[in-house]
Amino acid sequence: MRVKVISRSTEEFTRDRSQDLQKVFRNYDPGLRSQEKAVEYTRALNAAKLEKIFAKPFIGAMDGHIDAVSCMAKNPNHLKAIFSGSMDGDIRLWDIAARKTVCQFPGHQGAVRGLTTSTDGDLLVSCGVDCTVRLWKVPMLKMVDTSDHTGDTSQPSAVYTWKHAFWGADHQWDGNLFATVGAQVDIWDPNRSEPVNSFEWGKDTVLSVRFDPGDCNILITSASDRSLTLYDLRMSSPARKLIMKTRCNSVCWNPREPMNFTAANEDTNCYSFDARRLDEAKIVHKGHVSAVMDIDYSPTGREFVTGSYDRTVRIFSYLGDHSREIYHTKRMQRVFCVKYTYDGTYLVSGSDDTNLRLWKSKASEQLGVLLPRERKKQEYLDAVKERYKHLPEVKRIVRHRHLPKPIYKAANLRRTMIEAENRKEERRRKHSAPGSIAVQPFRKRRIIKEVE
Amino acid sequence: MAPARVNAEKDAEDELELKVEKYSRGKGADLKALRDKKLKGQLAVKEKLYGQSAKVAAKAEKWLMPSEEGFLEPDNLEKTYRFPQESIVKEVDLLSSRKPFDMILPVLGPYTIEYTSNGRYMLVGGRKGHLAMMDMLNMDLIKEFQVRETVRDVAFLHNEQMYAVAQKKYPYIYNQHGAEIHCLKEHGKALKLQFLTKQFLLASINSFGQLHYQDVSTGEMIANYRTGLGRTDVMRANPYNAVIGLGHAAGKVTMWKPTSVKPLVTMLCHHGPVTALAFDRGGHLMATAGVDRKIKIWDLRKYEVVKSYAARAQSLDFSQKGLLACSNGSQVEIYRDFGGHDYRLYMKHRMMKGYQVGKVLFRPYEDILGIGHSMGLSSILAPGSGEPNFDTFIDNPMETTKQKREKEIHALLDKLPPDTIMLNPNLIATVRAPKKKEKKTKKEIEEEMEEAIEAAKNTEHKKKTKGRSKPSKRAKKKEEGVFRAKRPFLEQSKEVVGRPDKKQRIGEEVELPKALQRFAKKPQS
Repeated sequence: MRVKVISRSTEEFTRDRSQDLQKVFRNYDPGLRSQEKAVEYTRALNAAKLEKIFAKPFIGAMDGHIDAVSCMAKNPNHLKAIFSGSMDGDIRLWDIAARKTVCQFPGHQGAVRGLTTSTDGDLLVSCGVDCTVRLWKVPMLKMVDTSDHTGDTSQPSAVYTWKHAFWGADHQWDGNLFATVGAQVDIWDPNRSEPVNSFEWGKDTVLSVRFDPGDCNILITSASDRSLTLYDLRMSSPARKLIMKTRCNSVCWNPREPMNFTAANEDTNCYSFDARRLDEAKIVHKGHVSAVMDIDYSPTGREFVTGSYDRTVRIFSYLGDHSREIYHTKRMQRVFCVKYTYDGTYLVSGSDDTNLRLWKSKASEQLGVLLPRERKKQEYLDAVKERYKHLPEVKRIVRHRHLPKPIYKAANLRRTMIEAENRKEERRRKHSAPGSIAVQPFRKRRIIKEVE
Repeated sequence: MAPARVNAEKDAEDELELKVEKYSRGKGADLKALRDKKLKGQLAVKEKLYGQSAKVAAKAEKWLMPSEEGFLEPDNLEKTYRFPQESIVKEVDLLSSRKPFDMILPVLGPYTIEYTSNGRYMLVGGRKGHLAMMDMLNMDLIKEFQVRETVRDVAFLHNEQMYAVAQKKYPYIYNQHGAEIHCLKEHGKALKLQFLTKQFLLASINSFGQLHYQDVSTGEMIANYRTGLGRTDVMRANPYNAVIGLGHAAGKVTMWKPTSVKPLVTMLCHHGPVTALAFDRGGHLMATAGVDRKIKIWDLRKYEVVKSYAARAQSLDFSQKGLLACSNGSQVEIYRDFGGHDYRLYMKHRMMKGYQVGKVLFRPYEDILGIGHSMGLSSILAPGSGEPNFDTFIDNPMETTKQKREKEIHALLDKLPPDTIMLNPNLIATVRAPKKKEKKTKKEIEEEMEEAIEAAKNTEHKKKTKGRSKPSKRAKKKEEGVFRAKRPFLEQSKEVVGRPDKKQRIGEEVELPKALQRFAKKPQS
């Protein structure tokens, strides 16, 4: 006879001294874990609920301007620095961490409409309706924040006066040229008092400009003649032009896929385009209930943030047709400019109520350094949430966003209008000769034509 | 040398493959049947991850498990069931040889016993009011007291800090110090108690055949169902899906969940009352015993008998590794699966003559069978019954206070809602299969009828003599044929509509007095 029974000595299965770590034994046998799916589902549900509980995206407001914030610029050299320009001609440099003004740049006589920094972060370019372009040397931002920073002022290193009011500015990603737009598109060298190059296509005001992050010679502008125009600095004339039914207030390139850009349109939608194929939008990002004023991509290229005239800031996935997140506060008014910070964790929005607001890009994310165990737990919860996201209960909780009543109502109204329009369209099609009215996808419907 | 090594490698690979199968939790998705490319890609990535994790788990099992399963192996012609307990105890190591015991408590018996899920603590209930809790690791008596009334059953709640006792009139909840915490009057005179750990539900069956479910974390009474099948004290929870099984006097076994008034399953298992019931850990096997002198093992996927013995049993229990213990009078028998549900006698143990064994229960994570009988308690060695390797985060026999607290909190956070109890717990988050084709629509019935009429019209009748083929006769015959072909369809369409015309007719016929006529429903135009 051969016999063996399970025999565990306590010494072998417990720690020797109280300072030691507890001994841990694992047995991954599925038989020991009954109702695994139910447990996972419950965890997913609880994780969804906790995410809602911890969703506190608003970090703080930065006040100081005495008029609406019209434009912002990030500083590639300093993670926690951001420039903002206001309608009264005031330009400020903010320390995001301390949420304080570090420095002011007085001089503009009218609204500042364009702000941009050079790639090395030493030069700030501002332009405004007073027909001047001002170049500023960016002061060094000290790592330790002291309160005596506030009140510093700076003198412009150069002031160039030009023929027309400016509406926007952007610096090359790689190179030292910058572009301003207004009545025409001007390309400037910071060392020359006059533009090195000027482009014009049509007589309407150009509203915004962005250089392509992939190719330093390509830029895109949006104009009040409802056009989006692509320029190549190596050519003497603009390259291509796309005319839509409503105008785009702002455009932004996807930094990780530099052939794609997204335009913030007046008709409440954002349109993602492939610059090589302008005849149809790749994706229409819907959600806002009023004109979208500004757009900025996350440095990861997976998300972008939009600010709108409907007093909300929304975050979209670069492939998503509806917003992932909606931020609003009681006091935030029309949002004129938004920016993602360079680490992708925060958003800054500037609005009509003279404040800059700082938001988290992931509403329920825990800030600060996570312990490895905390991080793993978070990853696990995210994974189960992802796995059970299609179940009605989880979906309902994850999708729900509280909206201010006017926006909620406006969204309902918009939906009704769109449905009515679609219905009418369908009826019209039904009562006309087959094939006489073509079915046009929404991606093409708002585009009038492409001009070469 | 080389071929031998190749063979060894191959064997190791085969072994690993078998283990991987155990951890892969069923077959993967059928990717070839999919047409959606995006979904296919996502699923392929996921399947790959599942495969990897199963492989890692299998490897971990091979190399990282500290203990090995117990066994009892006979030499050539010996039979394992002939070995007496004494000889087994002599053969095992010193630590294990101290584990079996006999406790003679003749006054307050018969005794029922219960283990915590980690197998460390044992709760003992004497019929005449004796309650005791023991730490089986150190063989310590933690608390012992008398309630001075009938004790019918005992059950641990989520850990050893609380337990429920079915007493003369009501079940009570006590803490580890023996202080009464709650009296659960709503349950009535409970005969049996079962605790569903994952749901934190205490289930009881009382003397009126009512099944109660109470959430012990919130105190809410979740459900109260009349079984309608009479008084019974045979109740067991299926550890696989937390479904409660009840054995009834008429030979029926019913299975219940807290969210349905009717039993999920009713099986006729025995001719005569069911005396005992047990579920395997895997959830697919059930053992029942009846007064008809049969022990049956059922496959719960097909609801078919796998094996049937002629034997009596007052109590049945499956161990973690699938041994089946049954008690009959003063004898305890243990059956083992020798492959393919071939349960054969494995061990036999006879108590002192005159002892009536009331309850047998395997101790989790140990090779021990606990026995509660009319004269006290015993425990015997049953090699190969327990799971040798515990998981610290599931059941830890060596738990510290801190770990216990942590586990309690995690258990409460992961508490399952009562509606997660279902026969197949893997159905959660799957897609419901499309229903079978619904009833035929009116149009379809009409079409079929027309076809049948056409067929009836076109049938050629035989030419008959003696005036039976006169044109008038033939026309009549044809008409009859058409009528016969029509009739089944007319009936069918009537069924579909659901006889609304009858009601209408009644409404028309009944004439109301003039004063009431204006209240009558107007016929719809």
